[in-house]
Amino acid sequence: MKILAFATRNSKEILRDRHNLAFGVGFPVVLLLLLTAIQSNVPVDLFVIDQLAPGIAVFGLSFISLFSGMLIAKDRTSSLMLRLFTSPMTSSQFILGYTLPLLPMAILQVAICFLVALFLGLAINLHVLITILVMIPAAILFIAIGLLCGTLFNDKQVGGMCGALLTNLSAWLSGTWFDLDLVGGFFKKIAELLPFMHAVEAGRAAISGAYHCIFPELWWVIGYAVIIMSIAIITFTKKMSSDNL
Amino acid sequence: MIAIQTMELTKQYKDKIAVKSLNLSVYKGELFALLGVNGAGKTTTIKMLTCLTKPTSGDAFVLGNSIITSPLKVKAQINVSPQETAIARNLTVRENLELIAGIYGNDKKQSKLKVEETIKSFGLSEIEKVKANTLSGGWQRRLSIAMALITEPQVLFLDEPTIGLDVLARRELWGVIKKLKKKITIILTTHYLEEAVFLSDRLAVMAGGEIKAIGTSDELIEKTGSDNFEDAFIAIVQEGWSGV
Repeated sequence: MKILAFATRNSKEILRDRHNLAFGVGFPVVLLLLLTAIQSNVPVDLFVIDQLAPGIAVFGLSFISLFSGMLIAKDRTSSLMLRLFTSPMTSSQFILGYTLPLLPMAILQVAICFLVALFLGLAINLHVLITILVMIPAAILFIAIGLLCGTLFNDKQVGGMCGALLTNLSAWLSGTWFDLDLVGGFFKKIAELLPFMHAVEAGRAAISGAYHCIFPELWWVIGYAVIIMSIAIITFTKKMSSDNL
Repeated sequence: MIAIQTMELTKQYKDKIAVKSLNLSVYKGELFALLGVNGAGKTTTIKMLTCLTKPTSGDAFVLGNSIITSPLKVKAQINVSPQETAIARNLTVRENLELIAGIYGNDKKQSKLKVEETIKSFGLSEIEKVKANTLSGGWQRRLSIAMALITEPQVLFLDEPTIGLDVLARRELWGVIKKLKKKITIILTTHYLEEAVFLSDRLAVMAGGEIKAIGTSDELIEKTGSDNFEDAFIAIVQEGWSGV
């Protein structure tokens, strides 16, 4: 009941912010439309819809980090957090209360992205549903990044970290905008060490029906998600009992 | 019956001792005011008693539960109205109350019942669907206190409850607080001496992290040989008077 009450409040806080909705749902859709329009006017395969949609879906998830990070950072700097921290809620209940409303939002965001992609020529089949499921570890990863940033930084810093740095990292190092093989070298090595490219590749494998190629990529994402979520939980728990919220 | 007992409660931040070996007893149903100038250690004491910060040494027992070994039991029986208005600004008045009822473990049915009762007793009916961020300062503070009381705490901490309010809103809140007297134990911190005198059963004056004097306002006036409580307070704080 405690988790549900807190999760309900967090859902309302996020959904009542029009900027959140505009960026979280609107921006990835606009990008999808724009890049598909570009593709239809160039003779080479730059932004083919089945390659583009998983990339945009992962990029869109970076806004979930921004939402969760901003919410926690704003809570931390408000008196409301003093009130919440004097309630009999445990740190794990807080973490779940923040995470639970974000997960369906992230899945919905991915689903909307693929729904738009269907109108833009993506084939309607079971692969699309599988791809949405494959995106769940990436959604958890981005939520965890937001939890961690929101626990460590203030809302302005979270805006910079998640709004600028993370969105750019997840865009440039994911292979969504260009083939990473074209750049190669150090850039590609960095991309391979980070989870974004693997999240996109897992999505692309799922949408093409190459299911055997999903898990080699998805393990990276799951690994990062587990590690970052664990760090976020430990950090939040420590913050809860520290003198400086 | 003792509601709160502190035993050598101490909080040290690096080189600074914020609260030094505090020994204090607050009785059940009492309205106890903690007074002192800025940096006296009032807020740190409240933070320790509400389990927001851990003491460096010593312990305190709230309704028999240690703030160190049983913080969740303590938290379940207390509530706080922090210095700044602590409300979820994007939620309506009703939603704010539902949130607090819910995070203290009430199910949907219980929450609804408690929200209805609180809205009625705090006269919030007209604004129950209004978003908290559009309310005036007085209404926000009233909501903040209603949120602290919806969980029916046995001990309520009011940290500067009337700061920044106009005289009418302050008087109105005094009325709300007065009504709570004897029903629950209240720890009040305030910079307004007339507020402390008007509302409290007993007062403690803190300075430099220590309690310098404790008693009723009349007792402190008499002990310091002052004409009024303001003079008594100044004598205690400035002149290093000690008559605990």
